[in-house]
Amino acid sequence: MMNNASVPDGGAPAAAVRVRGLGVVRGGREVLHGIDVDVPERQVVGLLGPSGSGKTTLMRAIVGVQDRVTGELTVLGEPAGSPGLRHRVGYVTQDASVYKDLTVTQNLGYFARLAGVPASATREAVAKAVATVDLGGHERQRVGTLSGGELSRVSLAAALVGEPELLVLDEPTVGLDPVLRRDLWDTFRRLAAGGRTLLVSSHVMDEATRCDRLLLLREGALVADTTPDELMRTTGAPDPERAFLALVERASAGEVQPR
Amino acid sequence: MNLTWTTAARVLAQLRFDRRTIVLILVLPCLLLGLIAWMFRGTPVLDQFGPMLVGLFPLIVMFLVTSVATLRERQSGTLERLMTTPLGKGDFVAGYAIAFATLALVQALVVVGFATAVGMDVAGPMWLVIVVALLDAVLGSCLGLAASALARTEFQAVQMMPAIIFPQLITCGLIMPRDQMPELLEWLSRVFPLTYAVEAMQDLAAGAEWVDVRGAVAVIIMFIVGAVVLGVSTLRRRTP
Ligand SMILES: Nc1ncnc2c1ncn2[C@@H]1O[C@H](COP(=O)(O)OP(=O)(O)OP(=O)(O)O)[C@@H](O)[C@H]1O
Ligand SMILES: [Mg+2]
Repeated sequence: MMNNASVPDGGAPAAAVRVRGLGVVRGGREVLHGIDVDVPERQVVGLLGPSGSGKTTLMRAIVGVQDRVTGELTVLGEPAGSPGLRHRVGYVTQDASVYKDLTVTQNLGYFARLAGVPASATREAVAKAVATVDLGGHERQRVGTLSGGELSRVSLAAALVGEPELLVLDEPTVGLDPVLRRDLWDTFRRLAAGGRTLLVSSHVMDEATRCDRLLLLREGALVADTTPDELMRTTGAPDPERAFLALVERASAGEVQPR
Repeated sequence: MNLTWTTAARVLAQLRFDRRTIVLILVLPCLLLGLIAWMFRGTPVLDQFGPMLVGLFPLIVMFLVTSVATLRERQSGTLERLMTTPLGKGDFVAGYAIAFATLALVQALVVVGFATAVGMDVAGPMWLVIVVALLDAVLGSCLGLAASALARTEFQAVQMMPAIIFPQLITCGLIMPRDQMPELLEWLSRVFPLTYAVEAMQDLAAGAEWVDVRGAVAVIIMFIVGAVVLGVSTLRRRTP
């Protein structure tokens, strides 16, 4: 593996995303402050935190659509939001962002072309993305008539179809049944094994155990940058849900946080 | 450039499913023209005012349709997503402009064809009436693109219509010949694009040729370019 110039120590994997002293102001309020974190290449990194803690804002900053960002933010070796990154990074917004009046195939075809898939390869890429999110049989259905879970999977597929190096997924498994969730996490693991990097936010703590690393946000600050095992060990909690609660409560009490 | 056409094709695919918008664009102007033809049957009113209305209705309708369509894109989160892709801001605006210009061409043909069928007799060349009607419709959609940047909700987008179109309607020479207006209003009318659209149509109704209206046509095209530039420059990749 090529080592990224931004990571001097040879042992650690290169960082797909490198964040130093990040701050974001939204609506006159500092909603993210002093964030230092690395998202290692080829890993699935979970972004957890209570509602309003700044998960979406951090993701928007990484994909380069967030205004009023301060600090250092390097994505795949380039400053976040650089034109050169736009075909290398895929973003799935928290609410499904696809065209409701188009069919599944039309939506995915459009996003494939935008991501630079040549016209001749579009059909194949679309079929592959449809299979990945298990939407076979719905190809010609208008997206507006899909169920909520199907809709969010189309939105996910629209990012997968261009096969970007970095996938930033904002709560991609919300509203899905346990079987589908497991299958999607299998897909995420497979993508990481294939050399891609994934940053996935979630509310479902069970999913945390399927990540290589976990980032915990609370009120715009990073309260933990850890692994699932370490999280369980340091908190002594019986399951991820309670480990998370323990961490958040500890942070409220003003204790020094494990990093 | 490639992504411009891809985007135009996508917008047209969306419109194909949207029956109500198609009806609004193609049927409504014809219906209104038909009413006027009926109201003033046996008089030369349709010959005098028909060309102006043929230019006016498409402009207003396209303004509304485009501003709501692009606003929907902003609200649905798809614009945010598009801004993370290699799609350029110019590609986005030009894609929309091309899609709606295609629709505008169909509209101009249908509306002018219908007006002729119900008895509109234009002294000037008919192809010029179609060209000016097309340009008016394109202008309407480009103004709609630019205006949607100022709106936050679909309701606000609709409110833009009276705010931007009505002052132009009042001073464009439709209600009162412009040379009879107070000087200040006459000056004001000079900076509005609709004035030139109506002027060109009035001249064509009175038998003008290409050389007589090319000045007005040039001004309309400048306004179209200006509206596109405004639309691109008000689009932001990074939003609060
Ligand atoms: N457009 C905005 N203007 C002002 N404040 C905003 C805006 N968007 C978000 N915020 C605020 O920024 C903070 C972080 O929001 P963000 O959407 O990043 O949270 P989140 O962790 O993704 O929450 P959730 O889990 O509910 O999606 C919140 O307090 C929110 O109220
Ligand atoms: Mg969120």
